[in-house]
Amino acid sequence: MMAFLKLLARNQLALAGLIVMGLVVLLAVLTPILPLADPDVTNTPARFTPPFSEGALLGTDHLGRDLLSRLMWGTRLSLAVGFAAAFIAATIGAAIGIISGYYGGRTDNIIMRFVDVLMAFPYILLALAIVAALGPGLMNALIAVAAVNIPFFARNIRGITVGIAHKEFVDAARLAGLSDAKIILTEILPNVLPVIVIAMSTTVGWMILETAGLSFLGLGSQPPQADLGSMLGEARSALITNPHTSLVPGVMILIIVMAINLLGDGVRDALDPRLKSGALSRPLPATLVARDRQPGETADGTALLQLSQLETQFHIGPRIYRAVGGVDLQIQPGECLGLIGESGSGKSVTALSIMGLVASPPGKITGGSVYYRGEELVGAPYELLRSLRGRKVAYIFQDPLASLHPLYTVGDQLIEAVRVHRNVPKAEARAHAIELLKSVRIPNAEDRVDNYPHEMSGGMRQRVGIAMALANDPDVIIADEPTTALDVTVQAQILTLLDDLRRDRGVVILFITHDFGVVAQLCDRVAVMYAGRIVEQGTTDEILASPAHPYTRRLMACVPELGGGRRRLEAIPGLPPVVDKLPAGCAFADRCDKVRAACREGNITLDEIGATRRVRCIAPEIEEVPA
Amino acid sequence: MGRYILRRLLSAIPVLIGISVIVFAIMAMIPGDPATAILGSYATPENVAELNRDLGLDQPLVQRYFIWLGNLVQGDLGRSFNLNRPVLDEVLERFNATLILAGTAFILCSFLGIAAGVISAARQYGFADKAITFAVLLGISIPSFFLGMMMILIFAVNLRWFPVSGMWPIYGTRDIWALIDHLTMPALALAVVATGVIARLSRSAMLEVLRQDFIRTARAKGVRERGIIWRHALRAAMVSIIPVLGIQAGFVLSGAVYIERVFQWPGIGQMLVDAILRRDILLVQGGVVFVAACYVLFNIIVDVAQSLLDPRIKT
Repeated sequence: MMAFLKLLARNQLALAGLIVMGLVVLLAVLTPILPLADPDVTNTPARFTPPFSEGALLGTDHLGRDLLSRLMWGTRLSLAVGFAAAFIAATIGAAIGIISGYYGGRTDNIIMRFVDVLMAFPYILLALAIVAALGPGLMNALIAVAAVNIPFFARNIRGITVGIAHKEFVDAARLAGLSDAKIILTEILPNVLPVIVIAMSTTVGWMILETAGLSFLGLGSQPPQADLGSMLGEARSALITNPHTSLVPGVMILIIVMAINLLGDGVRDALDPRLKSGALSRPLPATLVARDRQPGETADGTALLQLSQLETQFHIGPRIYRAVGGVDLQIQPGECLGLIGESGSGKSVTALSIMGLVASPPGKITGGSVYYRGEELVGAPYELLRSLRGRKVAYIFQDPLASLHPLYTVGDQLIEAVRVHRNVPKAEARAHAIELLKSVRIPNAEDRVDNYPHEMSGGMRQRVGIAMALANDPDVIIADEPTTALDVTVQAQILTLLDDLRRDRGVVILFITHDFGVVAQLCDRVAVMYAGRIVEQGTTDEILASPAHPYTRRLMACVPELGGGRRRLEAIPGLPPVVDKLPAGCAFADRCDKVRAACREGNITLDEIGATRRVRCIAPEIEEVPA
Repeated sequence: MGRYILRRLLSAIPVLIGISVIVFAIMAMIPGDPATAILGSYATPENVAELNRDLGLDQPLVQRYFIWLGNLVQGDLGRSFNLNRPVLDEVLERFNATLILAGTAFILCSFLGIAAGVISAARQYGFADKAITFAVLLGISIPSFFLGMMMILIFAVNLRWFPVSGMWPIYGTRDIWALIDHLTMPALALAVVATGVIARLSRSAMLEVLRQDFIRTARAKGVRERGIIWRHALRAAMVSIIPVLGIQAGFVLSGAVYIERVFQWPGIGQMLVDAILRRDILLVQGGVVFVAACYVLFNIIVDVAQSLLDPRIKT
């Protein structure tokens, strides 16, 4: 509760709303003891005195009554009626909701059907019908507004109660022989009370507005008694000649409702934890670049894709997560490079950084370079990046259901992939889409092209994902764990497909995975990543035969080989370090069984230990360096 | 699709029956003799007795309900004693005027609200976002009846852009331009609150969608930002926006009661308020049942629109 109040106080707008509302309530409470003129004494000769006159600060109305005094008394009445309506609606609504949710079954069914019907009315019709039956008057308007809002409370509170009614402490109370009434009062009510109070605080503004509305229509408070609504209603006839009589009550309603809205928004934000971390930020079209260092070393002429000292961070509140901490990779034409590591090692972020697809905010590329055919992509203009995306460098993502648009057919999505980069007629693009589906071995491609993603199996969806990546014959395909979400048999099919495509089309693949079995099947070279850095790099054969870094060794022991794994599945003890506070020295030191003092000092470099191998370890597990 | 629409229509029947029961029950709460309430206190005892017989009001409550329901189904809502004409005729005529006002406001708030929400989300934390967020806060806080009065003061009285009130000019032709002239201010005043609510919801729905994986896929394909926002994200966000449009339609219809009062628009809200003040119970009863039924049917249209938009909904 204190944390909630603190959060609320940090929200300046909500605090402003709270202060304004507090002042209005205070004034309303103090009205009877303030030195105000009698609000109901008419003085027709002094009618329509303008504001700021002698003896009438806000002027007088059509009967010469003091507007300031009427405003204060009207505010008092409006607030009282609004709060009373909210309180009645909350009490009765909560009672209905608790009974419905606690007893369940037929009771629940009947009550909720009834509530559904009440909610099927446009609310004011119901209120008007009730006022029609009871007759105009402030009390009847109050009853009508309260009654109309009961279903809202009943439904909300029922939902909460259903969640609580089957918790252990309620069962325990039932076993202890407590009566239903006692359980409801001592176990259920204390738990739903905060929800009731919050629902009340967010609807009280609404109730004030609604009772004011009914009074405005002449169905609420009757003369000479006046709330803000009836003041406005009476002033309407003099709107053109003496607008101040309308402005005074109208602005007051506006102030009250706005203050309550600000407060309500603050309450809602404080209750919604997603907003705290800024998680509801939308990602920008391309990852932000804020390199505080010079770009990495210049491009190597032969590499198709080159990452040089690439650094990507996530800035969340005061914390900085160094997801990628200086990664160097080169991919030569015709190659398939595996990038392997545990979850959270930074391999996916590395892959997404290449085309600026890291969600930003909170992501940020803070250093290094990415070269495609010698051209720098980090900090490149958005239009250049966009024209390369999907045309030269394409992605295949992990979860094919989440990464395809659920509301467009796969055909439309493939056609779009083509037409974004090539100005071809729709029919031609469609024919091409069917060709693409055939090339990823989807049977009945002509029919399947009109399927929605949810009408396909996981394996078929991932084939669509691959077809989409192939749409423009890219040079590079970055496959981010494309088989992780699939069944083992389907995995094997997809891997075979990728392997065939790479041989047939000569496309370069950067394959992200946590599975050495997959690497063995597909990749020429492997880079092992840990805590945002490459810890070992070499040809697949070399690394599989003799892993040099302790982490690589442990990672290999973790994963059963695809098809014939008979080795004991061994988890690596401990967790990867949190990348917002990386230790000095080797990041793996805490989990390594060969750790020594020197491991925790300085910066351990990625050293060459052979023509094609590099390892970041002061005691690599390799006895003789091959010539 | 046809079967889905049929099923939705059938499922509305219990709701419609429930509405008729509730309206009937509320009207039955009126203390005293219903016929006296209908005829007013000046009625002679003979008149009251005659009316009671005519309307079957001398019979028990349950029977009275079924008589009333039977007449209702045949389109007989009774006769307004103040206006001396069938309730249905009056209701239809007035509802027509309300439909023009509320329909225009609903279209306005849907388009403006969604556009504002989308732009706000696309420019999150930018100037446009802040300006829209502030305007929305103001819009949802201002009582529509007060806003309407201020609009009359500024745009009708001072600037003389629009007529002060009414639906048609007193003299002159009743053509579409005259209607637009009279409709602009009340429709805008009525649309403001709902526009704010829809803009708010659209903004958060868009922000939610823009973080989804399929948006990243579209970006990875090289789709231009405009396509990302309006084709990919908005299409997905519409799934959560459409139901809110249905709810807001109810609020627009409700708000019309105030706006009709402010602008002297001859709609059903004005009719209901006058009927309540004159104790014309049959007119209130008929008007409420009619509008509530229309609203239920409108929500079926919303559901059907939703199912057309989202192929994952089983039809």
